[in-house]
Amino acid sequence: MMRFLLLFSRQGKLRLQKWFTPIPEREKKKIIREMTTMVLARQPRSCNFLHWKDLKIIYKRYASLYFCLAIENHENELLALEVIHRYVELLDKYFGNVCELDIIFNFEKAYFILDEFLLGGEIQETSKQIVNRCIESSDMLQEYYCEGETDFPGTWRKL
Amino acid sequence: MSDVVEKTLTALPSLLSLDSQPGSAKLSSTSKLGNLIRGITELTSKHEEEKLIQCELSSIKEQVSSPNTTMMKELMVRTIYCEMLGYEASFSYIHAIKLAQQGSVLEKRVGYLAVSLFLNESHELLLLLVNTVLKDLQSTNLIEVCMALTVVSQMFPKDMIPAILPLVEEKLNHPKEIIRRKAVLALYKFYLIAPNQVQHIHNKFRKALCDKDPGVMTASLHIYLQMIQENPEGYKDLTASFVTILKQVVGGKLPMDFNYHSVPAPWLQIQLLRILSLLGKNDQSTSEIMHEVLDESLRRAEMNHNITYAILYECVKCVYTIHPKSELLEKAAKCIGNFVLSPKINLKYLGLKALTYVVQQDPKLALQHQMTIIECLDHPDLIIKRETLELLFRITNAQNVTVIVEKMLEFLRISKDDHTTIDLVGKVAELAEKYPSNHYTYAPDNEWFIETMNTVFSVGGDMMQPDIPNSFLKLLSEGFDSVEEDRKLRLFAVNSYISLLRGEPGKLPQRFLQVISWVLGEYSHLRADLEPALVLRLLAKLLDMKNCSSETKSWVLTAMTKLCEGGSGVSVAQQVSETYGSSLDTVLRQRAQELQHLSQDSELRARVLPRGAGLDRSLTYCHNLVQVDSSLSFLDGFVSEALAAGAAPYKPPHQRQEELAGTKALSLEPYGLSLPISMSSCITDRQSPTLLSMSSGLSATLKLDGVKRVWGREGYLSQKEPVEEPAQVEVPSPLRSPSQQGEADSFHSQTPSLTPTPESDQEKQQLASSLFVGLGSQSSVCLMGKSEPTTQRFRRKAKGHSTASSTSEQVSNSVISPPSTVDNLLCNNLLDSNITSELAVSSPQLTSRLSQGLAATNGTCDTDTELPESDRKESKPAVIRDSYVVAADPAPHEDPDRPKDLALSSHLPAELSELSHSEITHLCTNQNLELSVCHVQKEDSLLLIVFISNSSDSAVQQILVCLFSGVLFGEEAFTCWCDVVGIVSLLISRVCCRPLTVSTEEYGTMWLAFSHDTKQNLTLISDGQEPLTATLNVLKRRLQLHVVEIIGMEGIVACRLLQDQPCLMHCRVHAGTLAVWLRSPIPDLPDCLIYHCQRALQGH
Repeated sequence: MMRFLLLFSRQGKLRLQKWFTPIPEREKKKIIREMTTMVLARQPRSCNFLHWKDLKIIYKRYASLYFCLAIENHENELLALEVIHRYVELLDKYFGNVCELDIIFNFEKAYFILDEFLLGGEIQETSKQIVNRCIESSDMLQEYYCEGETDFPGTWRKL
Repeated sequence: MSDVVEKTLTALPSLLSLDSQPGSAKLSSTSKLGNLIRGITELTSKHEEEKLIQCELSSIKEQVSSPNTTMMKELMVRTIYCEMLGYEASFSYIHAIKLAQQGSVLEKRVGYLAVSLFLNESHELLLLLVNTVLKDLQSTNLIEVCMALTVVSQMFPKDMIPAILPLVEEKLNHPKEIIRRKAVLALYKFYLIAPNQVQHIHNKFRKALCDKDPGVMTASLHIYLQMIQENPEGYKDLTASFVTILKQVVGGKLPMDFNYHSVPAPWLQIQLLRILSLLGKNDQSTSEIMHEVLDESLRRAEMNHNITYAILYECVKCVYTIHPKSELLEKAAKCIGNFVLSPKINLKYLGLKALTYVVQQDPKLALQHQMTIIECLDHPDLIIKRETLELLFRITNAQNVTVIVEKMLEFLRISKDDHTTIDLVGKVAELAEKYPSNHYTYAPDNEWFIETMNTVFSVGGDMMQPDIPNSFLKLLSEGFDSVEEDRKLRLFAVNSYISLLRGEPGKLPQRFLQVISWVLGEYSHLRADLEPALVLRLLAKLLDMKNCSSETKSWVLTAMTKLCEGGSGVSVAQQVSETYGSSLDTVLRQRAQELQHLSQDSELRARVLPRGAGLDRSLTYCHNLVQVDSSLSFLDGFVSEALAAGAAPYKPPHQRQEELAGTKALSLEPYGLSLPISMSSCITDRQSPTLLSMSSGLSATLKLDGVKRVWGREGYLSQKEPVEEPAQVEVPSPLRSPSQQGEADSFHSQTPSLTPTPESDQEKQQLASSLFVGLGSQSSVCLMGKSEPTTQRFRRKAKGHSTASSTSEQVSNSVISPPSTVDNLLCNNLLDSNITSELAVSSPQLTSRLSQGLAATNGTCDTDTELPESDRKESKPAVIRDSYVVAADPAPHEDPDRPKDLALSSHLPAELSELSHSEITHLCTNQNLELSVCHVQKEDSLLLIVFISNSSDSAVQQILVCLFSGVLFGEEAFTCWCDVVGIVSLLISRVCCRPLTVSTEEYGTMWLAFSHDTKQNLTLISDGQEPLTATLNVLKRRLQLHVVEIIGMEGIVACRLLQDQPCLMHCRVHAGTLAVWLRSPIPDLPDCLIYHCQRALQGH
């Protein structure tokens, strides 16, 4: 099971946080601080895994953004790395050439995508197509709504 | 794909130049959120940011509470952003819930998101969400249902699950697979937080497993993995289904949608592999079902991509977890090679992990990759290094322990992570204690052990597990098997600590200082040239240190108390005790007081703190070295005075409660006059806690004895063999070349690129040979031949009653007081509590031995002793070695009509015929001779009498009796005796017990003097008579006890062993049973006797 996912910049600014188990606020802040310092201090050519307490931290850097995923000890590190990668692919497909700014300014979209991809700390849907269709239909709904229509189950049915 | 992402991301300029990005059409840079974000990035200080956010939050707060906001969604997003930056916006939580409740579908989405980000499942506001979720679950709009299910799977109050459970369950039958999938995941979440509440829908999980949509099926596997982890037995019937699913997945039967980089459904594959390994663990038949598909998975996963490696890794783990199949193991081992040898560091890491997992079963795999392991050990990445150490820890044996521990300590010195330090320190301590010294390699010895532990203490500091110093001190004080070695070890520790204290003790952690002071207090006298005053001064210096905690100070003071002797020593002690005598810390104050008093009275000190008692002071030795009066008899005067003054006798709480529960009414029976005050006071319980725990310990070991000893101090004992055995057994298999070292060499020379210079090459070679010694083929011989006995040898000496298999010499050595051999046996071997289990076996054993020996006599007449027709062999157990044969007067004739027993007993010598003898047991017979045996109890000895009678018609002229000394009473047999405790216990009960005639007054005084006691309830016997009398009579008859006096419902009984060791028994009829309380000066006599009382009453 995954415990939390953090996205932060090279400067250590938090861009997205998802906690899959209940953790007190104060603890969260401490963890974020520890994660950023630990991950940012890693030398190049090191492996993408870290030990932290009884968890394992899998991190990967995409351009200026670090993705940092905490998994339980018995989980498969390589698979976690691919979870991160698939999330990046999903973001990329949605935003089209995703960049850090997309995530900063549309972080709620990043959350929606994440919620379709992972649920309660487990993989929910790995298909790029399906996740994307889900999100896009919701977005169309949004635009539709802006034009004044409220009931819009039609697009949803296309899923 | 990822390249594209990376390029795009890198191509973008930094955050600061945000204005009018041409390609960022999607950036809502004109929105308020955009403004906020840009505003923040332009700031230079944290303080400014804070000001800006506070300002933002108060404006949000204002807008959010105005009744007709149209911007609710936008406001909520901004609040989420502020929260992410670490600023609290709790005012908005309720609005988030309101938004999810009342908003349009799109607002709902943001509302739910905000709720899931803001609140924990324990947050009280979440209760307000339950109704919204209920409503949305029932909605006809699929989006709303999805949102509700999503939020439910993320966080939902545990207590409210029943409210929505029926609705979620219903969704399992929904026509849309996305709804079914989310419903399954929601149920998974419920299963995790409240498994009892979803118990009734387990069959619905099965339906989900068979769902036509693979996504729903995959989701259900989360639940199954969890349930199978908890109870693999319950789901064995599903094995075939899981195997079929995996076959289909591996065979590419799933829709393309499920592919990830053209690998079919990797997440699903891995999930299935995990489930299969759980099901196949220790189960041959289940494992056989999956062998084929595992083979297929290993074969298919060949593409060079991370995801295939992830699958392979899981496959390898599965193959090594389930019942082994050599073909698969071979393939899996090859896979591990691919990981370990990969230039990619992530794969190398996983390879090490896989190796760590498999070396427990197959140590020679580590040998195959030894050069890679050596390289990883020097890897700049600490994570790789750490993982390598983990691997080495698993392959440690007596021969490579020094090198491995050195590597671990090296790592510890550079590691900054507390969690790692604690873990590693524990492992080093474990290894050091497991192999504390070693005579087969040269390096590890006492010095190594002490020095390693020194590093452990200084590095581990106050973070390490508290049991590390505790078990170290225990090990030091209990010692090993050799007294001389123990002395050396302790002496070395003392020397080492003295020099540490002379250095900079301020840098040492508190725990280490505590260890040092204890060891110096106990053992510094071992160094003859060391002045106690000097040690005292060094210790006193510790007290003055600023960072010395008061706990450490009290350790130091205790140590000083043990050492204060001689003129200058006393003066140091006085000085210190003056300083701390007025300390505000009560513990310190007490220690200082003790120090002061004991330093002045050396005689008292020697009694209170005798030398060499070590940690055992409170345990075994207390009976021998330290005379502890656990019955607190020195208080008797005080007690009887109080009693005389009318105080109620003390009763421990449990007894009081027992009495309350039992009779709840006043006892109207007169107690009688006979018991003297001192005695009635002693009848009330005054057991010390130590004794209480001791006797309870005894009863606990009772059950353990005879059970195969699987768990030892170093863990699972027999595990050692299976782990090491393959190393030895599998070596001749044609798979591996005979010389592993040679193979390693060739492997090494094949990859010269791995080792840059010949010097380092040689170094690594050396390291390799020292690390992997004991794993290969050549060394496997000594592994079995040497290291096994080594561990045996250093297994800590078990104390007192736990020496199940100790030899008689050892036992008698450790005992000082009891005067005779029999008592030795009684006092020590009886401590061994397998009396019960072995008694039944041993007495027939004795008989059969006897009969064997004598049967042999019949055939081979090779002694010179000529004996008449009937003879007696007598022997005294106390002097069993000197067993002798007495020729009795030849009996004139046998009268066949007389009853045998009578006939034989009439042959008893006159001096014995007066004494009671046991039933004559018939042993064996042939056509000529008959053997029978009985024993006679004399005042000071036990006689075993063997009758050899002529059963043929013809008269026997002469008979040769050969006494095989080894068979019964010779030296060999004597050792047997010591082992077979049952015989001894047989002796005391039936044979060695003698009535002890004492008066009630004598009884009273004796009772007070004895410290070893035990209590038990016995069954009462009532055959017409008064139950107490009847029971005591049975005991009197069967066990030869002396009933001193019976008053009303109470009685006192006394008996003694042959050597005059008394045992007293107090009986009281209580609630239908006989509550007995035994006391004796001999540690385990009461326990032993109570056992025989039970037997006697049962047999009645």
